[in-house]
Amino acid sequence: MQYMALIYSDPAREPKYGTPEFQAMMQGYFGLSEQLKADGVFVAGDGLQGVDTATSLRLRGGKVETMDGPFAETKERLGGYYLIDVPDLDAALRYAAMIPTAAYGTVELRPVMIYG
Amino acid sequence: MIPAPDLIRAEINRLARVDRGRLLAALIARIGNFQLAEDALQEAFAGAFVHWGRVGVPHSPQGWLLKVALRKAIDRIRAADRAGRGAAALAILAGDAGTEAEQMDIPDERLRLIFTCCHPALEPKTRVALTLRCLGGLATADIARAFLDSEPAMGQRLSRARAKIAAAGIPYVVPGPEAWAERLGSVLAVIYLIFNQGYSADAGTANPDGGLCDEALYLARMLDQLRPGEAETIGLLALMLLTHSRRRARLDGQGASVPIPVQDRALWDRAQGAEGLALLDRAMSKLTPGPFQIKAAISALHMAERGPDWRQITLLYDSLLRMEPTAVVRLNRAVALAESGSLEAALREMDALTTALAGYQPYHAALGELAHRAGQQHRALQAYDRAIDLAANPADAVFLRRRRRLAQLPR
Repeated sequence: MQYMALIYSDPAREPKYGTPEFQAMMQGYFGLSEQLKADGVFVAGDGLQGVDTATSLRLRGGKVETMDGPFAETKERLGGYYLIDVPDLDAALRYAAMIPTAAYGTVELRPVMIYG
Repeated sequence: MIPAPDLIRAEINRLARVDRGRLLAALIARIGNFQLAEDALQEAFAGAFVHWGRVGVPHSPQGWLLKVALRKAIDRIRAADRAGRGAAALAILAGDAGTEAEQMDIPDERLRLIFTCCHPALEPKTRVALTLRCLGGLATADIARAFLDSEPAMGQRLSRARAKIAAAGIPYVVPGPEAWAERLGSVLAVIYLIFNQGYSADAGTANPDGGLCDEALYLARMLDQLRPGEAETIGLLALMLLTHSRRRARLDGQGASVPIPVQDRALWDRAQGAEGLALLDRAMSKLTPGPFQIKAAISALHMAERGPDWRQITLLYDSLLRMEPTAVVRLNRAVALAESGSLEAALREMDALTTALAGYQPYHAALGELAHRAGQQHRALQAYDRAIDLAANPADAVFLRRRRRLAQLPR
């Protein structure tokens, strides 16, 4: 099964760029990506640019409404993702627990519906 | 000879009570679909009543039920999959459905089932309901009644749970060593929730009789039998037996709660108490302490004939606090501290817990008691008022009103 791990965190609680904590976090991510690839479960995974770069869109009455900003204004923001292919939720949970941001943010796991 | 319909009905009810969990567990293992397995088993039980009424109860009723349920499941898969894809898998299912099950060699897969029902990806209340439904043999209506829900709401909760198990890919497995402690903890917590729900519901009635308590004891015994030697499972069983042994003594004639040390010991269930103590010894001999063993030990100390050893109880709460650093454990420790003579230290602890336990009835009850002992009458009365407002059942309210009157008397 494919699972999308959506990585949320409050920017105020993230390690600051240039600090040893930031270094440790980045190393954690590099290590995890390497491991996911070595285990053969990695499908995709990257970080997202900040929510100030987000644009949201919806179609209302045939008209496109474009909005500056993310879909939901919350403290915890979607900052990145992994798409992994593992046998079941327990395996997905084991990998999700290795995501460095899980230590101060939240990782949401969603099974992927694969069309075609 | 074919037995009378009501005898057949009784036999089917007995099988549904005793063997349903085991049959369901085996069925899910075979067809890998929770909802389908439950529906098929339900149909098999319904079919049994008609069929056995005509030809009598088969030699192996369990084997018959499993075989028929498998056939019903295959029929359903076929009907849903007319295009014929997956036909090979179905042929395998169909091929052995006729033979193996009849020999009544039903593998015991209930451990897989209980770990799936208590998976942390499900909401705690859902874990409780699903465990009772799948392994405890309670009907949806019984579970709804126990949790003061409507039957349709409980039915929906159960179907949502089965749907999530399938869609989210919750595996049907006994967890491996890396997750064992955490997942066992989740199963034990579910069983203890079931027990407490039964125990607190009982307190409101004049004649305590534990439907849910018995379910919880049954589940813990089952778990201990399926995976013997787990100290915490044994500890939980000991804790529940010790608590349950006091059920007839915990209310007085007016329906007020009676503290353990002053309960009428003649009303305690001696056999259950003795079994609880023996289990506690067995658990502790394994030298892998855990929260349930400590709680059982505390419960046992409260029941000591010479009165509770509060120093020992305080020490046990110290260890419990290291494993479960919660406000409720701190409260219980503060009470033990006061009982062992350190009233001032206990009141300081109570001050620190004001915000965390603002809506917790036992906190205000304990504060009332401790403030009263310290001669702080105003504070004691205020605390009792708050506790009475928050009382969850009539027995507690009666007890608290009585304590409040005591605190009102001039000293």
